[in-house]
Amino acid sequence: MLNQRLKHGIITKVVGPVIFAENMENIAMYEMVKVGLDKIIGEVIRIEGNNAVIQVYEDTTGVSPGEPVEPTGSLLSVELGPGLLNQIFDGIQRPLTILEKESGFFIKRGRYPEALPRNMKWPFVPIKKEADRVTAGDILGYVKESPLLEKHAIMVPPHIKEGKLSYIIKEGEYTVEEIIAKIDCGQNNIVEVSMITKWPIRKPRPIKRRVSTYLPLITGQRIIDALFPIAKGGTAAIPGGFGTGKTVMQHQLAQWADANVIVYIGCGERGNEMAEVLERFPELKDPRSGLPLINRTILIANVSNMPIAAREASIYTGMTIAEYYRDMGYDVALMADSTSRWAEALREISGRLEEMPGEEGYPAYLASRIAEFYERAGRCEVLGSDERYGSISVIGAVSPPGADFSEPVTQSTLRVVKVFWALDTNLAQRRHFPAINWLTSYSLYKNDLDLWFAKIFPDWPNLTKEIMQVLQEEEELIEIVRLVGPDALSETQKLILEYARKIREDYLMQQAYSPTDSYCDLKKNYHMMSLLSYFYNTAKALVDNGIPVSKINSLPAVQELGRMKFVPNEEFESFYHNLRERLKSDLSSLTKGVKS
Amino acid sequence: MTLKPVIAKEFKTVSAISGPLLFVQKTRNIAYGEYVEIISQDGSVRRGQVLETSFEMAVVQVFEGTGGLSREHTVVRFTGEPLRFPVSTDVIGRMFNGSGKVIDGGPPIIPKEKLDVNGAPINPKSRAYPTDFIQTGISAIDGMNTLSRGQKLPLFSGNGLPHNEIAAQIARQAKVRKTEEKFLLIFAALGITADEARFFRNSFEESGALSRSILFLNLAQDPTIERILTPRLALTTAEYLAFEEDYHVLVIITDMTNYCEALREISAAREEVPGRRGYPGYMYTDLATIYERTGRVVGKNGSITQMPILTMPNDDITHPIPDLTGYITEGQIIVDRALHRRGIYPPIDVLPSLSRLMKEAIGPNKTRDDHKELSDQLYYMYAEGRSLRELVAVVGEEALTERDHMYLKAADRFEREFISQGRYEERSIEQTLDIGWNILSSFPESELKRISLSTIQKYHPAKRHKV
Repeated sequence: MLNQRLKHGIITKVVGPVIFAENMENIAMYEMVKVGLDKIIGEVIRIEGNNAVIQVYEDTTGVSPGEPVEPTGSLLSVELGPGLLNQIFDGIQRPLTILEKESGFFIKRGRYPEALPRNMKWPFVPIKKEADRVTAGDILGYVKESPLLEKHAIMVPPHIKEGKLSYIIKEGEYTVEEIIAKIDCGQNNIVEVSMITKWPIRKPRPIKRRVSTYLPLITGQRIIDALFPIAKGGTAAIPGGFGTGKTVMQHQLAQWADANVIVYIGCGERGNEMAEVLERFPELKDPRSGLPLINRTILIANVSNMPIAAREASIYTGMTIAEYYRDMGYDVALMADSTSRWAEALREISGRLEEMPGEEGYPAYLASRIAEFYERAGRCEVLGSDERYGSISVIGAVSPPGADFSEPVTQSTLRVVKVFWALDTNLAQRRHFPAINWLTSYSLYKNDLDLWFAKIFPDWPNLTKEIMQVLQEEEELIEIVRLVGPDALSETQKLILEYARKIREDYLMQQAYSPTDSYCDLKKNYHMMSLLSYFYNTAKALVDNGIPVSKINSLPAVQELGRMKFVPNEEFESFYHNLRERLKSDLSSLTKGVKS
Repeated sequence: MTLKPVIAKEFKTVSAISGPLLFVQKTRNIAYGEYVEIISQDGSVRRGQVLETSFEMAVVQVFEGTGGLSREHTVVRFTGEPLRFPVSTDVIGRMFNGSGKVIDGGPPIIPKEKLDVNGAPINPKSRAYPTDFIQTGISAIDGMNTLSRGQKLPLFSGNGLPHNEIAAQIARQAKVRKTEEKFLLIFAALGITADEARFFRNSFEESGALSRSILFLNLAQDPTIERILTPRLALTTAEYLAFEEDYHVLVIITDMTNYCEALREISAAREEVPGRRGYPGYMYTDLATIYERTGRVVGKNGSITQMPILTMPNDDITHPIPDLTGYITEGQIIVDRALHRRGIYPPIDVLPSLSRLMKEAIGPNKTRDDHKELSDQLYYMYAEGRSLRELVAVVGEEALTERDHMYLKAADRFEREFISQGRYEERSIEQTLDIGWNILSSFPESELKRISLSTIQKYHPAKRHKV
């Protein structure tokens, strides 16, 4: 435990977001402090004798040496409990809606409203009774937090090894601060539990054990689900230069991924992008339940011109919230846009500390910090005597300078993540979105997840393999065309090019803003692949019989493939059977033509 | 800020002068970011800001440069306040130098408020997403990379390219249609030549825009470090006029490359660890404090639209200045040297250009219902034509198919008819879209895959003339 102190430290030096203070006996690393007359929040990041270095989470203009530094005795923490969903916080969990009410549309300094509303009453339903024996992670009861999360679990705090429930409140509506249970841990140690709890952001919440990841996180994005899938509990990186659609991708995943809870961290990016999420998510409906998506979403917004130290903290704030929901047994997806801005915050603070710089000025510990962050992802058995599983999938956007993937943040990220969705500037310029380059991207989960997909659609692995092969062949054929011109190709090769073009334009391209194309369910995805494959394999037989590709291509049913992505999910199955029949009859009409 | 007493303190303890920086010793209780006045031997006053402060020393950056300052005779007055700029609607139609002094010979500004030039971040929750279409009258922008109110859209250009003409044309023609709202232009010049400044002035004067403009001019011969201040003055003024006085403000800042050079100079003088190409590691964040001061907020009528101009060193888009800018702004308009050489004005290359807010700014009731599909098809057509052009360079025209020739021809027509227009030609969005349709009408309908059948029925010239 941190010592109680009465003494204040004194500021000796102010350099941007970094403050040096003396007279700081007994201060702990990462302890939260209140800086200056405005009492703005900071965190101790270095201790030397009685001096401490503090990173400050707000603008330090107007702070001067001689002002006091007040220790708080606690580590920088977030509040966890019902009321997180549907909210927008800054990097240190200040609720932006309340800040707006208190101080208008410009963010003012030194205001710290409580993250969770204190006066709101939540309906609590106990599932344990008095005298039950409980252990860390056991669920005492549920709270209906939002229409999309009806069972917010109130759990026994992680530090309680074993105890007896000496009191539990009856079903009813309570505020987060009311005591809802008391646990007798023996030796006169009685722990009181309310619905709110605090957890230091830099410390991973404990789990029982990690388990393997074999379930896909269905995203409704064709190229991802089919070619480069991510598992529930997996990690993925989306690197790409500006304008390649990182943010649209992240928004798409936040909208459609089949997770129970989404934590979206806007880390050093544009203010208008957060405004877009705030305006669109309440309107968008969850494809599974039909309820507004905002009901399962928590936004952390520390945009580019907000204080950089809070940007550094924002991804830990988001991760801790994600872990809290994982501990209830939910699948959480966390999007961080962009981890490069977070790394730049590290670099700036490191520079102010005059640390020895590593590559491109980043601190030497950059790689280990990135690895630590992604390590908090995963699927695991969580604490509690019932067997519960939860997961956190992490999807981090990376913004490499000059779209050069050899820079330190991209490289350190690729060392730890298992899925790489490489966004390509050339594709983006051709308005091919999502601009995921199919030749350089990869997913290390693909083989494991194919087993899952094959249970539903037995030839799913083969279809996806065929697509990848054709795209690879296309690349080689294009090289030939570049060298000697298109005349050098045989009709069979021309058909491969045509197939590849159809895969690219009619299948891989997916319009994020089209109501019928934005979300593609697995069935539609599968049927689209099979239609294309059916076209190719049937046409191949015709081409072998001397029918030119141009003739095949002009058939109305073949043309129709170009519009299939806009057929809604629910109508697709009948469309599929219909088009397949027409492809069959149209293509066979050509055979008759040859014979006669 | 809390209620700290504002006490000015004077020191004569300058210990070192290095580049734009002044090191003052034995200072006490000097606040970070405080505004400083530096009085030189001859009594002239310069302005500065505290970059670092401790019990022993304060580091001050001097906006007007340190030339002529001596260690012994310089008095440094710390004001105890951040740098503030006086604003009121009186500033409209006025001209200031780069540090905010009136230079048009008119009376001083009677302030209604004095605002901290560093501003404060807008709460993301309070932002209103930009959706109002701004018609610039330039097809390459309106048709393909639409600008909207509250957007920050930079022009990426190169030395010797006509970015100034394009910016001036946008300033002349920009309007939100069907509205009679209060519109203002704020122009901030950073280190541009006197000729260029005169060009802009004349252009605003000719079009009658001068009376609704505010000019902040830091010219090439003016102090470099002042360039750190100039855009902040312009944006502080813009914020006041947009959010307090309900104006729609278009802010043009040119040339941001000079701003970044000034930033680098200060960083070097402070002996900081340099990032890429010697620019400081915090340049992204610093640029964000300029670019992000754009937008609309819920409950306020006004808006700030920002159009920074920057010249890419050696036309290199991966250079840190355009690169970091592109990561913050909502798209970019690229002025291309190859198009310029071929005599096309405005030489805007629409392929790498982008407007991220376009999707919300176009469509029925804003531009026209066919806009999105048409621009998608034009993009596809032009991209296809351009890649075929590269192929022709290798294998010659004979090897191409009929379809390829169609695309090649259309791409040429697109450049000559759609992109190209006069410096004083103002096209309505309908004219722009119809030119696009004319070009696409040379294709069979089966090639127009990105346009729905119903849109083709409604807008395809072949169908329209029949009616």
